[in-house]
Amino acid sequence: MTESYQTHEYDVVVIGAGGAGLRAAIEASRNGAKTAIITKSLLGKAHTVMAEGGCAASLQNADPRDGWKVHFHDTMKGSKWLADWRMAEIHAKEAPDRVRELEQWGAVFDRTDKQLINQRNFGGHTFPRLAHVGDSTGLEIIRTLQERGIHEGIDIFMEYTVRHLTKSGDRVTGCVAYTRVEGSFHAFSAKTVILATGGITRCWSVCSGSWEYTGDGHALALWAGAELRDMEFVQFHPTGMVWPPSVRGILVTEGVRGEGGRLTNNENKRFMFDYVPEMFMGDHAETIEEADQWVEEVVSGKLATVRRPPELLTRDVVAKAIKAEVEAGRGSPHGGAFLDISHRGEEAIKKKLPSMYHQFMELAEVDITKDPMEVGPTAHYVMGGIRVNASTQETTVPGLYACGEAASGLHGANRLGGNSLSDLITFGKRAGEYAAKSSKSLEQPILDESEIQSAIKQMLSPLENQNGENPGQIYDEMRDMMQQKVGIIRQKDELEEAIEELNSFKQRAMKSSSGTSRTYNSGWHQALDLRNMVDVSVACTLAALTREESRGGHTRQDMPEPEDDYWGKHINIIWMENDEVKIRQEEVEPMSGELQSVIAEVKDMIAKRAEEQGGSA
Amino acid sequence: MSLKGRKQKFSIFRGEGENTSLEEYDLELDEGMVVLDCVHRIQHEQEPDLAVRWNCKAGKCGSCSAEINGKPRLMCMTRMGEVIEEMEEGTSLEIRPMASFPHVKDLVTDVSFNYEVAQRIKPINGPSSMDWEFNQMEADRVQHFRECIECFLCVNTCHVLRDHGKFDEFAGPRNLVRLAQYEMHPLDQEDRIPEIKNEFGVEYCNITRCCTEVCPAGIQITDDAIIPLKERVVDRYYDPVMRIWRKITGKKVRM
Repeated sequence: MTESYQTHEYDVVVIGAGGAGLRAAIEASRNGAKTAIITKSLLGKAHTVMAEGGCAASLQNADPRDGWKVHFHDTMKGSKWLADWRMAEIHAKEAPDRVRELEQWGAVFDRTDKQLINQRNFGGHTFPRLAHVGDSTGLEIIRTLQERGIHEGIDIFMEYTVRHLTKSGDRVTGCVAYTRVEGSFHAFSAKTVILATGGITRCWSVCSGSWEYTGDGHALALWAGAELRDMEFVQFHPTGMVWPPSVRGILVTEGVRGEGGRLTNNENKRFMFDYVPEMFMGDHAETIEEADQWVEEVVSGKLATVRRPPELLTRDVVAKAIKAEVEAGRGSPHGGAFLDISHRGEEAIKKKLPSMYHQFMELAEVDITKDPMEVGPTAHYVMGGIRVNASTQETTVPGLYACGEAASGLHGANRLGGNSLSDLITFGKRAGEYAAKSSKSLEQPILDESEIQSAIKQMLSPLENQNGENPGQIYDEMRDMMQQKVGIIRQKDELEEAIEELNSFKQRAMKSSSGTSRTYNSGWHQALDLRNMVDVSVACTLAALTREESRGGHTRQDMPEPEDDYWGKHINIIWMENDEVKIRQEEVEPMSGELQSVIAEVKDMIAKRAEEQGGSA
Repeated sequence: MSLKGRKQKFSIFRGEGENTSLEEYDLELDEGMVVLDCVHRIQHEQEPDLAVRWNCKAGKCGSCSAEINGKPRLMCMTRMGEVIEEMEEGTSLEIRPMASFPHVKDLVTDVSFNYEVAQRIKPINGPSSMDWEFNQMEADRVQHFRECIECFLCVNTCHVLRDHGKFDEFAGPRNLVRLAQYEMHPLDQEDRIPEIKNEFGVEYCNITRCCTEVCPAGIQITDDAIIPLKERVVDRYYDPVMRIWRKITGKKVRM
């Protein structure tokens, strides 16, 4: 039986309406392309709203000593030197203009005394660099792009889920989707398609991601023959809520530490002083007095004359430190660490961290202006993703582009806080621009009827299964398994077990049943999501099993040290063949001579600064 | 209040079209649960096809609006302990979809009205040069409005819409907040007063402050957004002194 469906024709179809998708669609439309956005949720609800701390760009408003070179250096160093240096260069150079442009589109960032966009400190950023609005910067950015986007002549398809990318030969020609509300089907013919679907962190039970983070774009890319890279690198944000259980994982912004928050254990010790890794030796405060002086200078708007607190080390370092403290029996009552900002006083906290104040007050009955928070690691971001060309954002499949968290390369083994919002707008713009330009020389693709029917058939299968399990049960169990076996600390035997178990989850998911209604059937949606989640989880687990060392967002208990000779120079590439996830390694291309001297220049500057600030670098 | 192990009854509005009713569910609770956790648990353990919108589960996206025991709230920010304390022992906790919008299924409604109005609001019109200069005090006024998470609880509650159905004449509180955000932006050049009066119908609001009461972002919708917009309309259309002043100077009057 053939199902009926509606057809649509566009030059550019953008899948996803978070920061990257909206920015891409705006740019595509401005370049003359007939553009559509397809989004699983209502407009303005995407995961970008949850970004809190800020958007990194060397505007030089808060500290004139900053510049693209320092931002480039910080990003590369934070990535443990595995980032695509071409992307890191583009990002550092273009982010400031992308931020200023948001202001012209109505974003109202916090101000400096000189009436310009203010910037705050964050882990791994040498200077205060994050444009922000209190602790709800993501909301500001998505709302700005939404309010701009609806006036750009873009067609917006809300609550549509894309399940299949159509192809003709090597080239992507469009996609097939169903509507969540009615359960009807739609085929989009598109000269180019941009994946801006965000991340995969719903695959873990303790995560900061929304329901949408089921790896749709990662899976669509794999199924369409594109390559992924760096899939083992998952960022466990050091500070998620840990209590009560129902809120476990909800993000506590790094902005708390940027504003002077102190991490302590149950012996009231600021333990981060004991966890400074070798590569960061000398550039962080060595005493509590020095750390406190830094906070005092920075919050009063002065240029720092001493070194920053070790609480502002990169996220991978802080997350592992908290986990180690808990395991040594020095954790907080509910298995986290204490994060205290109360010394900043009620007024400052309510101004700078208003949503943290409400979040703890309303969900945990903790008044953060008086008492410390309890925090612990939460799956927050995937550095890995769809492999793209640094300047055009085209994937390894012609006509298919990716940007934002779904893409990869900018963050290597670890992402710096604030580099995600800037990633979205910088590479969202580029994806939109290049997808639109390349669509100009292409004919409108004609989709193959049988390909559309087979995609629809797959979508309908959960509704036809009788007496299967509730997909929600499989979903919960699979996330618990990933948390246990492919979590923040991994080891060989558990990873091998995880791969086996994921196979059986896949079988169960294919047989699950969700009732027969097509109208807003959450179980049906979830049964389909499970299929992406399994393949993406396999990709992550396989890459984690293969990388026999510890680096950034990938830690192996059985191999706790970095291994620089091989793994310091290689990345994992993932692809799919005959329904099977495959892996190989590629050597990282050596950085251009010019950029090597940029790195040397910045290193020199940082060393001199540390010396002046009383360190022993 | 400790919730662990406590049994609770729920009545949830189910169905679509003509075919709707309140269905009863029993659940054993866990510590710290919010209403949305309970709905998810019912979904995962009993009713996979229960329809509910949600995204962030942290009060930031405004997707899970509903009427909980008759009160418009976000399900993700409503703690079970708090609701149970207000209820009589043994009674059901009732969850209904927002009543002012067309019903889709179960707890999901069609909120497209809000998006259609937003589409008609002109975007910001400021200087074309980069690096806009304004101070934090000026920013504060606007930032407050931009904390809106578009949960549309204010629109759902507003009796101009809920009881009188003035969807064609009145923009609703959410979009009046959006208009206020542009109107009070220190660098916006657009003259928005005529459409705030005519197209968006600010005068329909009779300041009962119901919208402000239900706003989960704590925005002073009535006092900070709607009343100042009303005042600007009055100054433009009904103040004779201002009218003469404008004639002489040819200037748009700004407060």
